[in-house]
Order: sequence, then C-alpha cells, then structure tokens
Amino acid sequence: MNKVQVLIVDDSSVMRKIVERSLRQAGIEIEKVYEAGNGAEALVVMKDAKVDIILCDINMPVMDGLEFVKQLAGVENAKGVPVVMITTEGSEGHVVRALSAGAKGYLRKPFTADQVKEHILPVLAGKS
Amino acid sequence: MSLNASNSSAIENHQSWHPVLELSAQEVFETMLGSHLEAVSEPPPEEVLDVTAMVGLAGLLCGVLTIRCSSRAGARMASKMLGIDAEKAAAEIWDAMGEICNMVAGNFKNKISGLGDGCMLSVPTVITGGDYSCHSMGNATSLQVNFLFEEERIIVGIEIHS
Repeated sequence: MNKVQVLIVDDSSVMRKIVERSLRQAGIEIEKVYEAGNGAEALVVMKDAKVDIILCDINMPVMDGLEFVKQLAGVENAKGVPVVMITTEGSEGHVVRALSAGAKGYLRKPFTADQVKEHILPVLAGKS
Repeated sequence: MSLNASNSSAIENHQSWHPVLELSAQEVFETMLGSHLEAVSEPPPEEVLDVTAMVGLAGLLCGVLTIRCSSRAGARMASKMLGIDAEKAAAEIWDAMGEICNMVAGNFKNKISGLGDGCMLSVPTVITGGDYSCHSMGNATSLQVNFLFEEERIIVGIEIHS
C-alpha cells in the first residue's frame, strides 16, 4: 500500500495524536496528516487537501461528525474519499446513521491498534 | 444489565450498575493507557483531588459521570495515553482527562442494553481546583468506584437523576 494522506477530525488533540499513532502501529505508512477540531474546520481543510481517508469523531462542538459526512458530499476534493467514524457512540442506531450518512466504517473508542488495523485497512484497500 | 420500559426495576436499582461502572473504567484504562486500574475501598483524601473531568448524559438516563484525581495523576494519564514524559504531558491534562471521561461514559452506556440510542453524551468539561462542592437538583443516586492507578488514587463516579 502506498503512503497515505489522512484527515483526522476530533475535538481532542490528544485523541488526534492517538489515532495517528495507532495508524502507524497498524502498519499504515503516512505521508501527511491533516487535523481538524470539528466538522466545520474539516470542511475548510477539505477545500484544499487531497486525502486518502478521513477518520472522524461524532460528538464534537460546532459541527458533529454526522453533519460533516453529509456536507462532505458537496466538496469536490472529497469525491471517493472514505470516512471512518471513530467514536464513543457505539449503539446500533449510531452505526446505522453514520453509514446512512455516507461513512464507510465505524470504530468504537476505546480501541486497540489491532482494531484500527481491522477496521481501517479494508477501507483503504477498497478505495485503491 | 438492561434499561427499558419493561424493566423499570433496573432503573430504580442503580446500585447494580456499580460493577458496570468499574469495568467500564478498567477497560478504557487498559486499552488506551495500558494500565490496570485496581478497585480499592478507601477513597483518596479530598484535598488531593484538584482535577475533575465531567461528561453529561441526557435522555433515557440523565446524569453526570466524573473522574476526579490529582493533577499529578492527570499528568500521568496524559503521559500514558500519549507515550511521552509526564512533565511534557502536563499541558495535555485537560484534554486527556476529558477524553478518558468521555470514553468511560460511552463505554458505560454501551454496556447498559436498551440505553445506547436513547442516551446522549455531552462534550467533556474539565474543572481544575479542589475547593468547590457540587449540589445536585432532584433525587440523584450516586455511584462511586475508588481506584489505584499507577500508585495514584482516582475516583470514577456517576450521579444518576433518572
């Protein structure tokens, strides 16, 4: 797999760092990491950035992850870019809503590096 | 453990959620920090508890989940989460504790079947300083688990309003 560019969207900077570290531990080679603290910031980032995958929290201030995924459909750079939700919200209803909104995967916090590998690699493979 | 209209006794019997709260915290610390939380009977002295992280729950279950500890314990949590020295992690205490509290609250509600979709979590709030008191409105039930975390004492609690 080629090196990937990633956008990590989470209101916690600590969690953004942990997600990045977990991706590296999962063996994913990262070329560049873009970060955003909420969905609105992420939409701005996506106007210029070309990324291979977006990892996004759901519960965030300003704009939550589900609204971000819906609005992402109108962003030219985001065409075909998979979104994986990484969130504490683990109920079936949340998963269904996330997938209905356009997310390609769902990972519940807390997570291990193995779970990151299990959930993210197939999504990246599907993209290529 | 369940929470639904046909099982109102579960709602009334919040004390039975004590082991769920304990397990929810232990899983988060083991998975995200690589640390084992040991439940202990004795609570830490109030004067050392100068950081409190809170996440609100609303919907079928209303309440507040809190994690209280010393700033030194908070720095150690941030250090373990990020894999950096505790001194360097000091700037990340609020963020790290808020996120840990968020994950414990999410893990807790995910373990109560029938609750997940009907209960929302707030974004976390972190308070620093120990000289304050919380006063709850209404008839709240409190559950509290005292833990030993890497030789530091922490309290994980939940106040349930409905």
